[in-house]
Amino acid sequence: MVKSLVKGLIKQSLLVHLQPKSNVLNHLTSLANWPEILAIVAPQQAKLLDKWTIVLVLIVLVSLTILLFIGQMLKRQPESHVDPAIIRNFNKRVISWLTICALLVVALLLHKTVTVVLFGFVSFWALREFITMTPTRRGDHRTLFWVLFGFTPLQYVLVGFDLYSIFSIMIPVYASLFIPARIAFTGDHKRFLERTAKIQFGLLICVYALSHAPALLNLDLVTLNPSSGQLEQWTGSTAGLLFFFIVMVQISDMLHFVWDRLFGKHVIAATVNATKTWEGLVGSACCTSVAAMLIQSVLPVTPFTWYGAGFMALLISVMASSGSMTMSAIKRDRRVKDHGTLVLGHAGVLDRIDSLCFAAPIFFHVTRFFLHAENRFGKSVVETVAQLLGSV
Amino acid sequence: MKQITVPVLAAIAKALSGATVRWVDCEPDTCQRIYFANHTSHLDALVLWSSLPRNIRSLTRPVAAVDYWQGGPVRRYMASVFDLLMIDRKKIKVHNSPIDMMIREIGNTNSLIVFPEGGRNTTGEIGEFKSGLFHLAKKRPDLELMPVYIDNLNRVMPKGEFLPVPLLSCISIGAPIFLESGENKKEFLKKARESVMNLKETE
Repeated sequence: MVKSLVKGLIKQSLLVHLQPKSNVLNHLTSLANWPEILAIVAPQQAKLLDKWTIVLVLIVLVSLTILLFIGQMLKRQPESHVDPAIIRNFNKRVISWLTICALLVVALLLHKTVTVVLFGFVSFWALREFITMTPTRRGDHRTLFWVLFGFTPLQYVLVGFDLYSIFSIMIPVYASLFIPARIAFTGDHKRFLERTAKIQFGLLICVYALSHAPALLNLDLVTLNPSSGQLEQWTGSTAGLLFFFIVMVQISDMLHFVWDRLFGKHVIAATVNATKTWEGLVGSACCTSVAAMLIQSVLPVTPFTWYGAGFMALLISVMASSGSMTMSAIKRDRRVKDHGTLVLGHAGVLDRIDSLCFAAPIFFHVTRFFLHAENRFGKSVVETVAQLLGSV
Repeated sequence: MKQITVPVLAAIAKALSGATVRWVDCEPDTCQRIYFANHTSHLDALVLWSSLPRNIRSLTRPVAAVDYWQGGPVRRYMASVFDLLMIDRKKIKVHNSPIDMMIREIGNTNSLIVFPEGGRNTTGEIGEFKSGLFHLAKKRPDLELMPVYIDNLNRVMPKGEFLPVPLLSCISIGAPIFLESGENKKEFLKKARESVMNLKETE
């Protein structure tokens, strides 16, 4: 890719020499507009990253870096000023977010396939952590092998080839029937339903749900033309949509944390998670929604209208909170029931992506329902809503 | 050849087992040690060995059964790569006891990895220890006997399976034990077994 980029730049500079009439300044401005150069040298990349996406990516990376510096400065403060536990938590989160964003940006810059593969590895690792956390029996061994080395890669291959009709049912239909059958064939019937359900759930959350995030890249969407009130082909980049989704989940996580600390009074379920409060849930959902409206108004990276973006962010935030509550419940259950069998310090990736996993399929399907080029019913709903809002 | 195979195999073992290593109340050291661990999987020796720091790894030899490791060219090659110390389980004689052989082989530099249960257990429980560890401690009281608890590796590759499921495992190495004066064989082996079991509980 680098090679082709260099080639393109050489081509550009050659053009300067070949066209003596055009002044250099013109070309400098065209160089600044490098998505267009990308469009010349590598059409796929240009489709993946448009101007607005690049601006959003830069803003996110810069603000995360600033947060990182703030965190490091706070770490040096005397302990009486700030609670060191909160600072440690904050720093850990910022570093993991920065890692996620940086990896994602690099993957998106390289190729769509690289992004899909990246998510595939994350899924694999998360599933590995999940199965480590849940007890399985000797009889599950071969099933687990097929789940980790068969269904997990296959799901991402299907996403990579954009086979929507298969990847959306492969795990819920084929894998979820295969798992109990394969275990039954081994002849170990002890706690059969429990074991089956655990493996199915792990596969569903860690692989199936998360695979909907890179699947966003495949979507062929329409967008509302504000002047005509009609739906038309969306020309933006789906990478922007994916990045928007990830950023919204992170903002929601961060706001949840902040709201819990500052205004949290009513704990949702102390037995599951003692820090998550109703104030945090509602507050983060509303604030994320406002943030999404602002982002969409300034940097139109998604095909949504401004109110559409707000609604989607509300949905993302509620799902993200549900995801982390669910994962807390699973961990709590394991720790209470089988203290000592849990391998410590081994749920790092799962901890970070639990909210992503829950939000991804909902975000994918709602977007697809309303804005997919072939979904007539969803499109008519969007147009009706737009007309109603327009008449008000 | 060996210089390439060893790091590659160690890396594969680490990737497959995802092992975290905990040194509980002790530090890695190049002094002569006997690491004794519970035995649940084929991978035990390989993973424990590759989870040691490199300078210690080169001094440490796993003790293994000759009848298993002579079976087939791949196993024989692996045995030579890891510099396994072969013990013939079937031909244990008074004049050629495996303990004497171990002591002779390690000299004044090497450390050993042993599995005092004698074979792999399938239940996940730690079986009774065989007496070899006691005789080693009696003949070489200067050796540090390090208890090791290997967690979850039996799930990665249980007995009788040949395809690994790469779950995450954990290796805990505890503070050394020694043979106290006046301690008999039964008491010592019980103490050794408990030192391994205690590592299971510590978190």
